[in-house]
Amino acid sequence: MQREWPAEGVTRVPYWVYQDEDLYKEEQDRIWRGAAWSYLCLEAELPEPQSFVTTFVGDMPVVVTRDAKGALHAWENRCAHRGALVCMQARGKAERFACIYHNWVYDHEGNLVTVAFRRGIAGKGGLPADSKPETQAPKKLRVASLHGLVFGTLSAGAPSLEDYIGPDIVPRIQRVMKKPLKVLGTYTQVLPNNWKLYMDNVKDTYHASLLHLFFTRFRINRLTQKGGVFVSKDGAHHCTYTEMVEDTGDAYEKDGMRSAGSSSSQFQLEAPELLEQVDELGDRVSIQILSLFPGFVLHQIRNSLAARQVVPKGVDRTELHWTLFGFVDDDAAMQRRRILQANLVGPAGYISMEDGAATGFVQRGVAGSADRASVIEMGGSTIGSGDSRVTETAVRGLWQTWRRYMDL
Amino acid sequence: MEPQLQLVVEHLHARYAHALDEDRLEDWPQFFTENGTYRITTAENEERGLPLPVLYAEGRAMLRDRVASLRHANIYEPQRYRHLVSSVLVERTGEHAASSRANFLVVRIMQNGQSLLFASGRYIDRIALAPEPRYEERVVICDSRAFDTLLAIPL
Repeated sequence: MQREWPAEGVTRVPYWVYQDEDLYKEEQDRIWRGAAWSYLCLEAELPEPQSFVTTFVGDMPVVVTRDAKGALHAWENRCAHRGALVCMQARGKAERFACIYHNWVYDHEGNLVTVAFRRGIAGKGGLPADSKPETQAPKKLRVASLHGLVFGTLSAGAPSLEDYIGPDIVPRIQRVMKKPLKVLGTYTQVLPNNWKLYMDNVKDTYHASLLHLFFTRFRINRLTQKGGVFVSKDGAHHCTYTEMVEDTGDAYEKDGMRSAGSSSSQFQLEAPELLEQVDELGDRVSIQILSLFPGFVLHQIRNSLAARQVVPKGVDRTELHWTLFGFVDDDAAMQRRRILQANLVGPAGYISMEDGAATGFVQRGVAGSADRASVIEMGGSTIGSGDSRVTETAVRGLWQTWRRYMDL
Repeated sequence: MEPQLQLVVEHLHARYAHALDEDRLEDWPQFFTENGTYRITTAENEERGLPLPVLYAEGRAMLRDRVASLRHANIYEPQRYRHLVSSVLVERTGEHAASSRANFLVVRIMQNGQSLLFASGRYIDRIALAPEPRYEERVVICDSRAFDTLLAIPL
């Protein structure tokens, strides 16, 4: 397949990036198992010593554990012996991890501690004395936790997690993750598209109020409202926000936008309590969407809080693992608010449901045009922070970063 | 087992399923009492005791808001459902009240002809029998934690 980047550079993304099977495999090496830090889970999902969860870093299955002393570890969920999954459960507590196939046993750090019948039985069979099955042990990840979010990387050379994310974005994580968390629940949305189309969608501040009519009709998020976008210096990560002030202008109506309300038959909720926000973070921000390269999203949409993990499942299939949470000290009213506002997000979300559809439309739309490219020129050709959201600056940042990893 | 009650409840389930499958979304809130609740969740969240719904509405006003949003705000490809509801177990819980447990399968049919087993699971219902049978509470517990692309039409 032709892999030449269009001459326009940063303002074009050729469609073969979503289609090429070889490229997908290369991404696994260079990005997911390369120098990037990947989101693994919330610390709140490992509440006690000896608890574990299973997850993925790209295609690679991973076990994340908290050992008896409380330290976090992550290792490849693959037995040194024949490569079977060591841990089958999604989560739980365990003193040891025994591979079901031949009962080879691992500790919380992913060390192989026993091999069944290593010395054989009655002097017969077993491994030779000089056998070193440990040479095929599960790969261990470097693990770091930041404000309750756990990340891992296979790379010894990657910078520290904080340096990886950078000083523009870390405070925006801290802003949300300000107290001990309580997990409210999880689900998976299966997207019929390449994983990068989802990240591209998340970083696209321009689409939100145009695609998601619910936002605009109820004046939850209009580009005329005060807000802005932060992009990390290297372009890899972004954060966009909207302030709580209700917009009273009519820019959408003047431009005849599909998403506009109409003054005669204004679309109104019969039960607007669904949207009532308490300014719990104390800075009058109503929406903050934050993404970290390669596949993590943290959202605050009013009082709905969630971590979204992007798990690629092939060139045209992606799983989005949602974990919604509140804080341990939520009162009954706040919990109810979060449950009501869960209606805004996820596969049935008033706001989120369209993202899967739109990105799937791109995957299908470009099927015959590997030789053509996206036009990503809103806001010019720069990559950086600013106070306008009518821009694709964060999208350009994603592609600049991706090309750096892929050497393309 | 009360045969008459069984028939009444199965009839309610059947009318509900046909309304959704025939795209009569505007009729959907009428299957609930004025303050009736509707909640879609997953077996996993339910077993873990986690409160997160995939979709939740308290009362007909919120149900009507959902329909209005599907009709006028949300964007999704043309699609239909086919509900199969079976194994209905009914219990009388009062003079004018019953509970029901039933299994469901929902096939989703897209305009390009793709048919997908979109959801399977259980309906756990509390039903008010008078003045006419309506759901006081309908909990839809999906067997799987995964949803393909999006869930627009209610289950």
